Amino acid sequence: MTTASTTSGATAPLGVDIAGLSYRFGSTVALADVTCAVRPGTITGLVGRNGAGKTTLAALVAALRPVQTGTVLVGGRPVWEDPDVTSRICLMRDKGAIVEDERIGTSLRIAAMLRPHWDGEYALALLDRFEVPVRRKPQQLSRGKRSALGAAVALASRCELTIFDEVYLGMDAVARRMFYDELMADYIAHPRTVILSSHLLDEVEDLMEDVIVLDRGRVVAAGDTDAVRQAHSRPGELASLTDVLIQLSTPSSARSAS
Amino acid sequence: MDAFDDRSPIYLQIAEGVRGAILSGQLEEGDQVMSTTQYATTYRINPATAAKAMGELVEEGLLHKRRGVGMFVAPGARERLRAERRANFFADALQPVLDEAILLGITTTEIVNHIKGEK
Repeated sequence: MTTASTTSGATAPLGVDIAGLSYRFGSTVALADVTCAVRPGTITGLVGRNGAGKTTLAALVAALRPVQTGTVLVGGRPVWEDPDVTSRICLMRDKGAIVEDERIGTSLRIAAMLRPHWDGEYALALLDRFEVPVRRKPQQLSRGKRSALGAAVALASRCELTIFDEVYLGMDAVARRMFYDELMADYIAHPRTVILSSHLLDEVEDLMEDVIVLDRGRVVAAGDTDAVRQAHSRPGELASLTDVLIQLSTPSSARSAS
Repeated sequence: MDAFDDRSPIYLQIAEGVRGAILSGQLEEGDQVMSTTQYATTYRINPATAAKAMGELVEEGLLHKRRGVGMFVAPGARERLRAERRANFFADALQPVLDEAILLGITTTEIVNHIKGEK
């Protein structure tokens, strides 16, 4: 689809550089000495089992939390309390970034004020395609429609760094397919950096140019997705990202023992 | 997604698909091949994956790039592919079949008769 209305200024996809990043919630280690990079202009997958640290990492990159130890640079600059950078980063997850108890129009108007490259027409076209009833309040929507609303706002924000953290929750198979198609079409039309965190690896592994694999707060593999998959393959059969995760993740038994 | 199998990376499969199309004449010299954008949106793959395939084919001299226009089948691409595959035909394609024939006790005469009968 789309009606690309004129956006203000040229966009330059933002890269992410993370070094020595550790994060704790009390005595629980969420991230342990993470060093990795997201190349500007790529779609990079952030994968790992539950509790691997994906959401914490995403929150630190998007400056939703202050860094405890280590550095997070986006576009070469620290992100914390720098509105010039944060206005160009969009993190969409199941909560937040949407005003739940006011009509959807309110969230769209806020995004229009906050996001330098916001495309309101595109947002409405997406909401129409996902069949989101725009007169409702987000809290009245089904799980799938609420997720579609988040995905639409994130796509139409056209942020130079866009992070989707399990944005598909509750979406049915058809809606997810639409989301992938829209993501790919809009990414091609408006190049930007995308970080995609998902458990539905079969559906997204071919969308990812690069991948970062986390296990228990550590980076256990990173780089070109094909190369990571090949490195964990047997001859004659290419490992899926699920195969990679099975090989690289600490088994639950070892987790509870630690 | 469904257009590819799980045996090798998609970029290798795309490159092999284009080589096959050039060999069979489905793509002729001077023909434009699908753009990386078309590959990405048609098969739901990252455009970089398709670009990797095209890069490999350019390096092999099978495609050439016209800036701002697209990728085209290079002059002599089909002949080059045929020459290459011919050189390897006996070793790569025929030898495994003959090895199998020996295992099964099929004689040279039987094989020759079969080929002649087919024609």
